[in-house]
Amino acid sequence: MSEPHNKTIAQLSAGLAAGDFSSVELTTHFLDRIKQFDGQLNSFITLTEEQALVQARSADERIAAGSATALTGIPMAHKDIFCTLGVKTSCGSKMLDNFVSPYDSTVVTKLQDAGMVMLGKTNMDEFAMGSSNETSYFGPVRNPWDTERVPGGSSGGSASAVAARLCAAATGTDTGGSIRQPAALTGITGLKPTYGRCSRWGMIAFASSLDQAGPMTQTAEDAAMMLAAMAGFDTKDSTSADRPVDDYVSALGGDIKGLKIGVVKEFMGEGLDAGIAASTQAAIDALTGLGAEVVEVSLPNAHLSVPAYYVVAPAECSSNLSRFDGVRYGHRCEEPKDLEDLYKRSRSEGFGDEVKRRIMIGAYALSAGYYDAYYLKAQRVRQLIAEDFRQAFKQCDLIVSPTSPEGAFKLGEKSDDPVAMYMADIYTIAVNLAGLPGISVPAPMSAGMPVGFQLIGNLFEESRLLNVAHQLQLATDWHQQTPANF
Amino acid sequence: MQWETVIGLEIHTQLATKSKIFSGSSTAFGAEPNTQAALIDLGMPGVLPVLNKQALSFAVRFGCAIDAHITKRSVFDRKNYFYPDLPKGYQISQMDFPIVGEGEVDITLDDGTLKRVGVTRAHLEEDAGKSLHEEFQGSTGIDLNRAGTPLLEIVSEPDMRSAKEAVAYARKIHQIVTYIGISDGNMQEGSFRCDANVSVRPMGQEELGTRAELKNINSFRFLEKAINLEVERQIDIIEDGGRVVQETRLYDANKNETRSMRSKEEANDYRYFPDPDLLPVVIDQAYINAVAADMPELPDARRARFESEYGLSAKDADGLTGTRAQADFFESVAKQSGDAKLSANWVMGELAAVLNKEAVELADSPVDAEAFAGLVTRIKDNTISGKIAKQVFEAMWAGEGSADEVIEAKGLKQISDSGAIEALVDEVITANAQQVENYRNAEPEKQPKMIGFFVGQIMKKSQGKANPGQVNELLRKKLAG
Repeated sequence: MSEPHNKTIAQLSAGLAAGDFSSVELTTHFLDRIKQFDGQLNSFITLTEEQALVQARSADERIAAGSATALTGIPMAHKDIFCTLGVKTSCGSKMLDNFVSPYDSTVVTKLQDAGMVMLGKTNMDEFAMGSSNETSYFGPVRNPWDTERVPGGSSGGSASAVAARLCAAATGTDTGGSIRQPAALTGITGLKPTYGRCSRWGMIAFASSLDQAGPMTQTAEDAAMMLAAMAGFDTKDSTSADRPVDDYVSALGGDIKGLKIGVVKEFMGEGLDAGIAASTQAAIDALTGLGAEVVEVSLPNAHLSVPAYYVVAPAECSSNLSRFDGVRYGHRCEEPKDLEDLYKRSRSEGFGDEVKRRIMIGAYALSAGYYDAYYLKAQRVRQLIAEDFRQAFKQCDLIVSPTSPEGAFKLGEKSDDPVAMYMADIYTIAVNLAGLPGISVPAPMSAGMPVGFQLIGNLFEESRLLNVAHQLQLATDWHQQTPANF
Repeated sequence: MQWETVIGLEIHTQLATKSKIFSGSSTAFGAEPNTQAALIDLGMPGVLPVLNKQALSFAVRFGCAIDAHITKRSVFDRKNYFYPDLPKGYQISQMDFPIVGEGEVDITLDDGTLKRVGVTRAHLEEDAGKSLHEEFQGSTGIDLNRAGTPLLEIVSEPDMRSAKEAVAYARKIHQIVTYIGISDGNMQEGSFRCDANVSVRPMGQEELGTRAELKNINSFRFLEKAINLEVERQIDIIEDGGRVVQETRLYDANKNETRSMRSKEEANDYRYFPDPDLLPVVIDQAYINAVAADMPELPDARRARFESEYGLSAKDADGLTGTRAQADFFESVAKQSGDAKLSANWVMGELAAVLNKEAVELADSPVDAEAFAGLVTRIKDNTISGKIAKQVFEAMWAGEGSADEVIEAKGLKQISDSGAIEALVDEVITANAQQVENYRNAEPEKQPKMIGFFVGQIMKKSQGKANPGQVNELLRKKLAG
């Protein structure tokens, strides 16, 4: 079995169907690679080897019985934010280091039903709060392109694992860029669907009105295949969208001649690294080469997205994380003196600094006398940003921009400067605030490191988004580059 | 100085849904701790709430019953605070956009006049679990069975001017929620709990005094006592030159006192904000109309109908409609027996007396409406006398069978055979010659009284079964000689 790890889901699926290899062989191969390489990357928190082999055997039976889906037998990994029955679900935190989930999240169930094989749970920023994967209780994840550099975050473990070909694909979650930014920094494809497209049931909440699950893969085609299985209305999630799921894979054939792509004026100027700007231009040129037309669009309120986000997301997180109180599950301090002591020490010991910072910001923003000035105002900014996008989509079919203003930075480089860290998501956050789908695909590398190109679609237009990204990948080979040492 | 009391009530009524407001767990009372607490109720990581549609329609039904404004776009908010029996660290409630807006109810005061009390709002929220401080030796046990049970919090205007008025209002709300079937109203089980905001002010003053909130009162009797105690306390403070502090107080029924729980300064900042896990609840007029069309008959309407349809007195109609259970019971008995007046007397008489004496709820009565109607029917058709009927009812209550079975088994059927009665009358007249003579010599106006002796003798001989009407008639005839 030569280098099957460099194959896409689509290729592996064909290989499984043709009998070139079995799912058990494939699973064993990826497990071996994890054991061989993950010491350098720290992309996994938990390996579920036994369970993976059981799932692989049943996938092989299903393939033999002719009842397989395109995803049956494909080895993947889940971000450790998704609850997985009987498996530790830590959310990257000491708080949940001892937490074995009593149930599966909907996304996990759906991918399992499709026959995917779970290799393990990937590392992440604690409670998905971070843009470098350095806030994890389980140690930072490293970027396979340069292990001195961060992979981005918060889905850094998933990004690093897919980039290093330790799994064929992974799930991620994106609240302000947590799928797209690490995808950009590690040279893979990462899709954040429209808010409500994938169920949040069983996905540990960071900021409920922004969180969305999505696939992290080598290609847009793979993302389409995975999204098709992940998406859909869920009666257990009141915010999931009750509308049919498009056939994303069938939509991949479309010609993009005459497609109007809007380039965001405000995202191409100040603060953007010159190399990234050049790579972004190369991607835009590739699209015009395929017949797309470029128009300039403006998002005049986009500069308010980071401040608005850092009110709304912490406000929601301060409430969402209240349940981690040391009473029913999770970390509990030793020998609590009384109730107050139990709360204070359990939470002080269980949460890391960034999580505490955001809980405090959020509690402050919601407190009496400040609510109107912060939370309500931020919600109004959110409306303005959504309106900016509505106006922009009157002029174009799709919006493009860099995913991140710079490439992967060194570990520790921004650890002491939260605001600099927050700016890493300056191009992605507005998309979450407006609830839109966005995808990051590799653009030409810059300074030896991957660069991400972001495409933003209108609400529920994942089909178009995936097709354009796919056409770009058919015409270029930027997504095929792999880190040398893995 | 003359003082005026001002009272507003917040009533938490548990909605009678089968499952919880945001999860599928059962709401049945009294299960083993934590056996009715699933993932959502436990506040597990990653779980999400989904609104129970029944809870929503119950809230709207209440709104329609008090002629309130129904909010077409209501919003659930999170009320954030830490407590071990609050699993998520926040309670899902409604703050700025409650499902039910302003409405009103009429209460009847002691002097019979009507008073209108304003309802400010009523909102949906989830109940917390219970902390069990006993039997855990220094630790606290948590039972989350109740966590997530739907509550409707009904907030009144500060319109009540005495403890009695507050009780009348609370009883009225209790009557409404039980009548329209949205709550079992069981106060022992905590299905209906009152918080009272109490303040006093000099008579004639416009401005309200500083209030204290009395928490979690679960009986009407305690409500009256607690308010009266609090009013006295506040007047004492002010008359002694002090100042009432705004605070939350707890009524201790055992000691019959209220004591401070926390002052305004210690109050939580609940950091309310719209729950991002739940979309705003949007309903249209058609939905409201459908709920209103489905409304069970309200107590006032039923009282009026009992008067007109069954010819009952205002007093009887009022008494029978006090609770829906009693009104339903009466109506069923009246229909089956065909005698409303007799049914009313028996339902409010013997039945109410034994229920009260045995402290049994009507719903748990061993004699159901059908069986009770059987008894009333036998009184009506003269099979048994009213006196014998009491005996039959006792046996029915003890589980000895239907009215007919008891009458048959005990041979209690009334003797109406004129031959048999005549024989009894003759026997008694013969055996009491002296009394017969006395009777005959007596003034005519004294005779009716004296006849009682003979009736008593005959009833004794017949073990109460002789038809009293026939006995009287025959006796008069025979004694007249």
